[in-house]
Amino acid sequence: MNSLPLLLSRLQFAFTISFHIIFPSFTIGLAAWLTMLEALHQATGQAVYQRVFEFWLKIFGVAFGLGVVSGVVMGFQFGTNWSLLARATGPIQGPLLSYETFTAFYLEASFFGILLLGRSRVQPWFYLFSTAMVALGTTLSAFWIMVNNSWMQAPIGYAIENGVFVPKDWTAILLNPVLWVRFPHMLLASLITGAVCVAATGAWYVLRKQFDAEAKVMLHMGLWMAALLLPVQMLFGHFNGDYVHDYQPAKFAAIEGRWHDEQPASEVLVALPDPATESNRDSISIPVLGSIIGSMSLHSREVGLTDFPPEDRPPVAIPFFSFRLMVGCGLLMLFTAWGGVYLSRKRRLEQARGLLWLIFMSFPLPFIAILTGWFTAEVGRQPWTVYGQLRTSQAVTPNLTAGMAYLSLAVYCAVYALIFLFGLLFLHKLLRAGPQGRLVQPPRAADIRRPMSVVDAAGPSLDDEARNASSAMLSK
Amino acid sequence: MVMFWVCALALGILLYVLLDGFDLGIGILYGFTRDEDRRVAMMRSIAPVWDGNETWLVVSGVILWGAFPVVYATLFSAFYLPVLFMLAGLILRGVAFEFRCKALRSRPIWDAAFFGGSLVAAFMQGLMVGALVEGLHIRGGEYAGGALGWMSPFAALCGLALCFGYSLLGACWLIRKSRGALQESAYRYISLSSLGLALFLLAVFVYALTEHLRVMTRWLDRPYLFVFPAMGIGASILLAKHVHERSDRTPFLLASLGFAAAFGTFVITFWPYMIPFSITIDEAASPQSSLSFMFWGEGLFVLPLMLAYTAISFRVFRGKSDPAVGDY
Repeated sequence: MNSLPLLLSRLQFAFTISFHIIFPSFTIGLAAWLTMLEALHQATGQAVYQRVFEFWLKIFGVAFGLGVVSGVVMGFQFGTNWSLLARATGPIQGPLLSYETFTAFYLEASFFGILLLGRSRVQPWFYLFSTAMVALGTTLSAFWIMVNNSWMQAPIGYAIENGVFVPKDWTAILLNPVLWVRFPHMLLASLITGAVCVAATGAWYVLRKQFDAEAKVMLHMGLWMAALLLPVQMLFGHFNGDYVHDYQPAKFAAIEGRWHDEQPASEVLVALPDPATESNRDSISIPVLGSIIGSMSLHSREVGLTDFPPEDRPPVAIPFFSFRLMVGCGLLMLFTAWGGVYLSRKRRLEQARGLLWLIFMSFPLPFIAILTGWFTAEVGRQPWTVYGQLRTSQAVTPNLTAGMAYLSLAVYCAVYALIFLFGLLFLHKLLRAGPQGRLVQPPRAADIRRPMSVVDAAGPSLDDEARNASSAMLSK
Repeated sequence: MVMFWVCALALGILLYVLLDGFDLGIGILYGFTRDEDRRVAMMRSIAPVWDGNETWLVVSGVILWGAFPVVYATLFSAFYLPVLFMLAGLILRGVAFEFRCKALRSRPIWDAAFFGGSLVAAFMQGLMVGALVEGLHIRGGEYAGGALGWMSPFAALCGLALCFGYSLLGACWLIRKSRGALQESAYRYISLSSLGLALFLLAVFVYALTEHLRVMTRWLDRPYLFVFPAMGIGASILLAKHVHERSDRTPFLLASLGFAAAFGTFVITFWPYMIPFSITIDEAASPQSSLSFMFWGEGLFVLPLMLAYTAISFRVFRGKSDPAVGDY
């Protein structure tokens, strides 16, 4: 078939999903952070935690809304642009993604409603519980997405009957070993995203000498979380490398920029991979390190790209560079966070304006790391959608014309650019305004037996309350 | 198992049509008033619930993919452009809620997004239903009708009819949620939109007769089908009566009954086809292992919880939305 609709469909999917992933990865981290804050607030009784909580709840609301709006498209795009994939893998991908929608909808939407309108209507412990359920919902959402994507990376537990992937063993699909290194990697990435953004916001307020108490909570908690989680993340990053090495050798070779078999293998740090000559230009590499990273051995033989026929090789430049960008962002965040924690233990952090600036400016790093990490995973999987089983070129909708694909790509770009622009403006406004305003008190008349009293709508007062809350939600 | 998911899918789509139907209807009516207070009141009457309502579209979409992948793949690739415009409309409609109240200078953009997004989404939904009734060109289980295969006068008529239908639902919802002058004009919207709906339905019917659409023979074969249109007509007559009596709560229920009757007509007419006259339910269904995997978790537990949640949130936000409350 004509390759232009295929290319445009891939661009469109990459664009819409990249746009979308920014918001969920942020909100998963924020939900966990909100849970922590609410627990601290209830344990210590200090109002500062509640003020920080209310502030980040607003940010969470906006990011959550943008995530929901941009996520609707994803559920339809498999059918519009990838109808052959949707048809062949529907019996496996369909149920997995339907679980995502069902659980996410229930846990996020219902308990998020309580967060927005409930503090004065429910018991404190139930409010904390609701916060935790929102965090659980966002995490489960990520879990189902990762089950689905890991199945595409390393298909398992199926049989192909009449060209259709029929699920034979759901337990195997859910216990896919690849899933259990990739899901923690994604989850940690989200937690770190939340932590780095929180620390950056705190650093910003400290630099502007605003919201002193709140800024310190954000700065110190954010830094500590990032400093603790980043090394764990790097360990899981290494495990991810192991699965790629074992399951997707061509992707591994592309990431490593290794064109020919080597024994022992060197590790290319920087280079310009050149597919025409099947070699690297201007490369800096370290001998033997490639074998250590790949197989934990000093003399293992590592596979090169030329072992694979050209039609089975992924493009090299994108996985090669995006992987290095991801690692670079990770290292930068690690040093910043460790530096910050070190100075904060010495009680010199608030005076170290240079480092505060660095912390503040590091807020885009986790997003870049997540996007480039996904580029590595997804572009590196090419030319397959279902690794080794179904080629991307055999997955695209057959009747799709280039004109239709151009039009849809243009429409999505225009619409997303508009909402992204206004979404960012709005977030900036919220961040500039900072944590302030009146706090909501817990209900005076406690009724422990009826935690769901938030929803039993007793009389007009609740109606007004609910409406107040909803308009507050709208004017947040 | 297949029957369970057919019912769940039908329920999901019906809920979407009824619930987001009134949201989209209010979005359409919104375009016909210039008065700022009215616009705010109209938006506020659906602000707490539109998001949950729209979720039923996604829920129906993923049930369709998981349980009936062939239909999912065929329909959405056939309706590439209508789905695109519908989604773009829904996105613009959705963000308009968030952004309009914070914006001053860009307010006209979000007014246009709210009205235009609702109108386009409603029209595209009606158009897709119309094209489906008329029959898509399917060859060897694949759509083969080209980029614009869905375009026809009949489909366009159905699209316009649905815009009027949703406006009717929207007006009925507005009656429940408002008082005074706004409520009075909502009663007027009902007369106008039901008149429009009746005219377009008549046009659709005449077109189907003159063009000898295959669907008409089904009706002659299955006379019991007339139960549903009879229900619809009954609901319309009652609706006219209750609107005349300026009843507060019943118009929305009666209009919903009318929609449910139309939906029932649609389902029963084409049974057992999911894509009329080419793909049946059994041909489209996923293997047993997929259907039961979905059933034992989301079907048995999450779906009832979601229904309960929907009912509860409508209960919390019941009654009039008072324009004096809040600082929208």
